[in-house]
Amino acid sequence: MNHAIFEKNSLILLIAALLVVSIGGIVEIAPLFMVQSTIEKVQGMRPYSPLELAGRDIYIREGCYNCHSQMIRSLRDEVERYGHYSLAAESMYDHPFQWGSKRTGPDLARVGGKYSDAWHVEHMRDPRSVVPTSIMPGYPFLEKRQLDYNDIAQRMTAMKDVGVPYTDEMIANAAKDVVAQISPDTSSAKELVQRYPKAQVRKFDGQPGGDEVKPSELDAVVAYLQMLGTLVDFTKFDASGPNLR
Amino acid sequence: MADTADEWSGLGDMLALASAAAFATIGLILALGGHDPAIRIHGLMLLVACGLAAVYILSHPTNLRAEKATGYFDGPVRVATIACVFWGVVGFLAGDFIAWQLAFPALNFDLPWLNFGRLRPVHTSAVIFAFGGNALLATSLYVVQRTSRARLAGKWLPWFVVWGYQLFIVLAASGYVLGVTQAKEYAEPEWYVDLWLTIVWVAYLLVFLGTLAKREEPHIYVANWFYLAFIVTVAMLHVVNNLALPVSFLSSQSYPLFPGVQGAMTQWWYGHNAVGFFLTAGFLGIMYYFIPKRAERPVYSYRLSIVHFWTLIFLYIWAGPHHLHYTALPEWAQTLGMTFSIMLWMPSWGGMINGLMTLSGAWDRLRTDPVIRLLVVSVAFYGMSTFEGPLMSIKAVNSLSHYTDWTVGHVHSGALGWVGMVSFGAIYCLVPWLWKREGLYSIRLVEWHFWLAMIGLVLYISSMWVAGITQGLMWRAYDNLGFLKYSFIETVEALHWPYVIRATGGVLFVLGALIMAYNVWRTIRGDQPVDIKEQPGVAAAPELRPGVIAVPAE
Repeated sequence: MNHAIFEKNSLILLIAALLVVSIGGIVEIAPLFMVQSTIEKVQGMRPYSPLELAGRDIYIREGCYNCHSQMIRSLRDEVERYGHYSLAAESMYDHPFQWGSKRTGPDLARVGGKYSDAWHVEHMRDPRSVVPTSIMPGYPFLEKRQLDYNDIAQRMTAMKDVGVPYTDEMIANAAKDVVAQISPDTSSAKELVQRYPKAQVRKFDGQPGGDEVKPSELDAVVAYLQMLGTLVDFTKFDASGPNLR
Repeated sequence: MADTADEWSGLGDMLALASAAAFATIGLILALGGHDPAIRIHGLMLLVACGLAAVYILSHPTNLRAEKATGYFDGPVRVATIACVFWGVVGFLAGDFIAWQLAFPALNFDLPWLNFGRLRPVHTSAVIFAFGGNALLATSLYVVQRTSRARLAGKWLPWFVVWGYQLFIVLAASGYVLGVTQAKEYAEPEWYVDLWLTIVWVAYLLVFLGTLAKREEPHIYVANWFYLAFIVTVAMLHVVNNLALPVSFLSSQSYPLFPGVQGAMTQWWYGHNAVGFFLTAGFLGIMYYFIPKRAERPVYSYRLSIVHFWTLIFLYIWAGPHHLHYTALPEWAQTLGMTFSIMLWMPSWGGMINGLMTLSGAWDRLRTDPVIRLLVVSVAFYGMSTFEGPLMSIKAVNSLSHYTDWTVGHVHSGALGWVGMVSFGAIYCLVPWLWKREGLYSIRLVEWHFWLAMIGLVLYISSMWVAGITQGLMWRAYDNLGFLKYSFIETVEALHWPYVIRATGGVLFVLGALIMAYNVWRTIRGDQPVDIKEQPGVAAAPELRPGVIAVPAE
């Protein structure tokens, strides 16, 4: 073929290059939206509660993904170290995904329930007080800052618009549910757990609770960390079975 | 005729002013009505930038006839060249600082705006987009004029491209420090900064295409194919990967359109091709112009250039899934990514051979001209990284290397070795050529820069190989009873000394860059070169070479 066509016409060169670079992406990305088996059918997945979502937004703000993955690979040592390998279904409500690419610190996909709240509080305040040779930065400012959640309903609406199944009821009660999740044994906490099954309700940052107490940023972060990887019921999951359809 | 032209360019002034006013209005709205401090600060920055632009436009009304005489339009190229050196130093310093943080965590100072998580995107964006991006802007706008024998298209548009791009960098980096991020690697800027970059990028494409359209050479030179593919592909990647819904149009926060597995695939389709097109195709444009120019030899093989170009751009785009081996990404996609990554080795080495063999008949220059040495060593590192990359994309190797510092070392052999060295070489060529000097202030300082960068680079890469492979092996080590042998923190402790060595290598690399900044500054200032006798004739600006008329490298 005569290559001069491309060398003498900048627009033909431009269009040809654009066509050539489009193919790979179309073939690799488009099927992920169409092939049903891409995301397993599992039980237990639900959208983040408002407090967990606020915690996740802080996780994003602080750039935790730079050092922590949330993706357990299907390798023997990873499954033994961190738990069941991660399923696509477990991040299907994650905008953005936080799989990560580097483990300067350990994987967090199933960190929920591994440590106590008190451990997390200490660890955030001063990582080296609980893990002497840790190289993680300290985040003592989280417990001192009040959580800003005045636009939490708006955030959930945006999430709903990009495809997360938040109901109108969830959005209407968003701000109330933030407080409910740090107020155990209240009727609003009961409602929260109905809306968000398996949601954990307690004052996560170790400070005394009460009607007047406002959530701290640390409440939100610990609530998020403590629920990571806890939703899917793996006793009912069979990788070779009907889950994959 | 001249009157019509004057009217047209007067219209250009008006359009430029109107755009400045429109963007200033948006800036004002964000500054006053923004929902969070970050977007208010950014609105203010946009407002100030537009105000400065408007003042500049008003004080420089068009006088078309005077400009026609000046030939090439190099003002924006000069700005991008200086910006490249400046951001290079900033980006390398930021990188070395966070490298020391990993060795000594007390350096995080427990402050939000100094912690590793917020500073690492500052480093990556500063080196990739600020240093690398300005190197690409400067060289592409220089090369397209010389190889087309045409002045840059537009009067204000090239200025908008260069200064708009600097504003993008400032908005992005200040956002990270304030905690404004999309948390997608190398695509951290939030939605409004992404929109701004899109506008700047479209203007860049228009300037580049417009200049090609005006060309007086019948053929488009090979360097421009690579620049064009880089510009258009980066536009595609940027737009698709950054599709997001803002929480509100007055909020700095947004949520990406694609979730989980689709988001991951799109991100690494973007991420790997930020490497493939931003850091490779664009810099190959530099290779295809500056090596032949500096060596005063023609490109080794025209046919190989054609094969190199089309196979490289076709294959690169498929390689993304190798970042997601053994994850929840469907296996068919992982296999495709691995297969194409391995195939990618061939065009990469084809390009390396084309670059290296261009030295045929001029190999002695390696000994006498440290600028040529920078350019050639960069191509050698390009070859090494593009061999290591396919190797690491093989699933069995990747199971060991992924999530470890081996990846970090690999990236830096490409980034410091290939992108850094080829940019340094291009800068050392460009500065005397652009500022019409007889040569660099000092070629011996280039020698110092070369060796400092080289030793720093070797310390960096080798310490990260040790760190990555050590940690990867420790993670999967079992004891005699079949239990995992090491806790995670033990694998972190093992990395302390490699981290110290890496950061030390970084110090040397930064020192080299500071020497370059000094050398560039003295050259621009017009100081008499101290070692002009040791510099090749080609170091001088084309106008100052005896009996030489600037001829495109083709």
